Amino acid sequence: MLEIRNLHVQIEDKKILNGLSLTVNDGEVAAIMGPNGSGKSTLSYVIAGKEDYEVLDGEILLDGQNLLEMEPDARAAAGVFLAFQYPLEIPGVATMTFLKAALNAQRKARGEGELSTPEFMKKVRAGAERLHIPQDMLKRALNVGFSGGEKKRMEILQMALLEPRFCILDETDSGLDIDALKIAADGVNALRDPKRSFLVITHYQRLLNYIVPDTVHVMANGRVVKSGGKELALELEANGYADYRSQAA
Amino acid sequence: MPAVQETVEQVRSIDVDQYKYGFITDIEVDKAPKGLNEDIVRFISARKGDPEWMTEWRLDAFRRWLTMQEPTWARVEYPPIDFQDLYYYAAPKKKAGPQSLDEVDPAILETYKKLGIPLREQEILAGVQTSKVAVDAVFDSVSVVTTFKEELKKAGVIFCSISEAIREHPDLVRQYLGSVVPVTDNFYATLNSAVFTDGSFVYVPPGVRCPMELSTYFRINEKNTGQFERTLIIADKGSYVSYLEGCTAPQRDENQLHAAVVELIALDDAEIKYSTVQNWYPGDSEGKGGVYNFVTKRGDCRGKNAKISWTQVETGSAITWKYPSCILRGDGSRGEFYSIAVSNGYQQVDSGTKMIHLGKNTTSRIISKGISAGFSQNTYRGLVSAHRKASGARNFTNCDSLLIGDKCGAHTVPYIESKNASAIFEHEATTSKISEDQLFYCQQRGLSEEEATALIVNGFVKDVLQQLPMEFAVEAQKLISISLEGSVG
Repeated sequence: MLEIRNLHVQIEDKKILNGLSLTVNDGEVAAIMGPNGSGKSTLSYVIAGKEDYEVLDGEILLDGQNLLEMEPDARAAAGVFLAFQYPLEIPGVATMTFLKAALNAQRKARGEGELSTPEFMKKVRAGAERLHIPQDMLKRALNVGFSGGEKKRMEILQMALLEPRFCILDETDSGLDIDALKIAADGVNALRDPKRSFLVITHYQRLLNYIVPDTVHVMANGRVVKSGGKELALELEANGYADYRSQAA
Repeated sequence: MPAVQETVEQVRSIDVDQYKYGFITDIEVDKAPKGLNEDIVRFISARKGDPEWMTEWRLDAFRRWLTMQEPTWARVEYPPIDFQDLYYYAAPKKKAGPQSLDEVDPAILETYKKLGIPLREQEILAGVQTSKVAVDAVFDSVSVVTTFKEELKKAGVIFCSISEAIREHPDLVRQYLGSVVPVTDNFYATLNSAVFTDGSFVYVPPGVRCPMELSTYFRINEKNTGQFERTLIIADKGSYVSYLEGCTAPQRDENQLHAAVVELIALDDAEIKYSTVQNWYPGDSEGKGGVYNFVTKRGDCRGKNAKISWTQVETGSAITWKYPSCILRGDGSRGEFYSIAVSNGYQQVDSGTKMIHLGKNTTSRIISKGISAGFSQNTYRGLVSAHRKASGARNFTNCDSLLIGDKCGAHTVPYIESKNASAIFEHEATTSKISEDQLFYCQQRGLSEEEATALIVNGFVKDVLQQLPMEFAVEAQKLISISLEGSVG
């Protein structure tokens, strides 16, 4: 379970989050929606532990552990996974190499043994197949020269491989055509599990047709201003964010 | 990639002392008095058992050196060197050449052990010849032990110390010594010509493929002793040889001067591959101490279709001044330069290559990867030139610089000269920085900041590491990670 309580965050003296509170239960898929600049991406970075964000107040607990006291890699080992809106390129590092290094680093941090190469390969191949990722892509340098869709699928593959407790999808739908969106969504749905929860950040309701959320939260001006079931997303799609903008201001 | 894992393991296993090869072996030393004059040159020449012509050669170099100035064009800064305040000769006291390891001073063997050499030595002693690497180990100035000599002899390959070659193969030495790097080439090369104490000599006869990789381990051990190595490698027509040079040095406070000269000669259809992993003491975290490395390395593709390839991984030294070059004299000859230069702390690197196209249809390739961290300055300086007769000359140059942190500098100074209209030269250069975002991305996947840096750096240098012989590549990767330790955060 992820609990965020009264979170206040600023970056370079600009206040972004203003007392945000949110709880995501085990097995729950929570959608975060909101207009540009409402602090959605900031929220995802703060949970994952990116530098530059100054937490002024509040706490983030994953299964009772205070994430704010942990380095980003320790948070990853504890089960936090962020699917980036803009995945980074790592030139010269084969995707396969990266995946193995990441997986083994997390296993090590958790006191588990390294995965043998055949076991690892089997896992990667199975995951790649589900996401329609060709084998030769795994030999290429990570994300270098990948299309937008390929990058997003690669994020989902990493997510599948690392088996996190808490997954954040930061605008995974942006830049995807409808076919790619379906493939990515299928990949995510396959990972739904009573012990795993998701925070799905998106502007549009469209993604939520494929990844159906349990709860929807509307963010404006750095906090959650309304929460509801999946029907809330449809309501937003019809009426836009105008109401919430004025409400929060 | 298992090598990456290896790096990560290595980084973890390093103890507090960053420079693990920083130890001093306590052996009695027979040394020349401080300073340099004709008497010292004669002393060295006598100690090396030089024939008369060699003594004269040295004296001639010394006299010319007196008229020369230290070069100042490189982008490096250091206090003036007092050449009269250095020792120019030091040798382990036991002078009679040992016939086996049993006869070698146990303290020297212990040093080898710390350097990781004895495994092979033990293999050789036990007759387990699984890894066939001949080690002509240079301990300070005198070759202490030479192995695999017999097997090389069978192939007709001569691999011995330069002093021995001067005595045993004077014709070859007289023909080739100083023919690539002339005595008056530059201040440091001239100094070396006067006082060089040891180094390696290789001759591969026509049509012979040298049956093993040849390897030398250099160490600078005696306090305040400048080390002046001289290496001469000749690949006769249609032959092939691969030579590996690896260096480590003990930690100490005084700056140590090192001015080596390496000459390579490849005749018709011959190929020489020369690889270096250089790990000399870079100075402490405040920039104190460290080796001054002023090296002249040059290869001459003297015959048609000859090939010379330099691969270097430079992680050590306080100051590096080094430009392994190729003279592409023979028609159709080829020169290659693959380099990784890592600088951290207060290290200063000014390194690169020269590809001098003289013959027709000569080709060259330069891949240079500079990594700067800490407060270091890293300069690539390279010359590609085509002479009037070098029709069809081709060069491809790729210089990439990677910056870690915001206190270091990367500089690229390419000189391109073409006097022949048909020459085609290409030059690509990039400078990039390991971004916070890349690091965060890797950390988000579970890698520590140090692991992430190692991974990104390994990706950056991959093209060059691939050029190194396997066992060297692993060592090199290890060194790169060690030398970048603590450069982030």
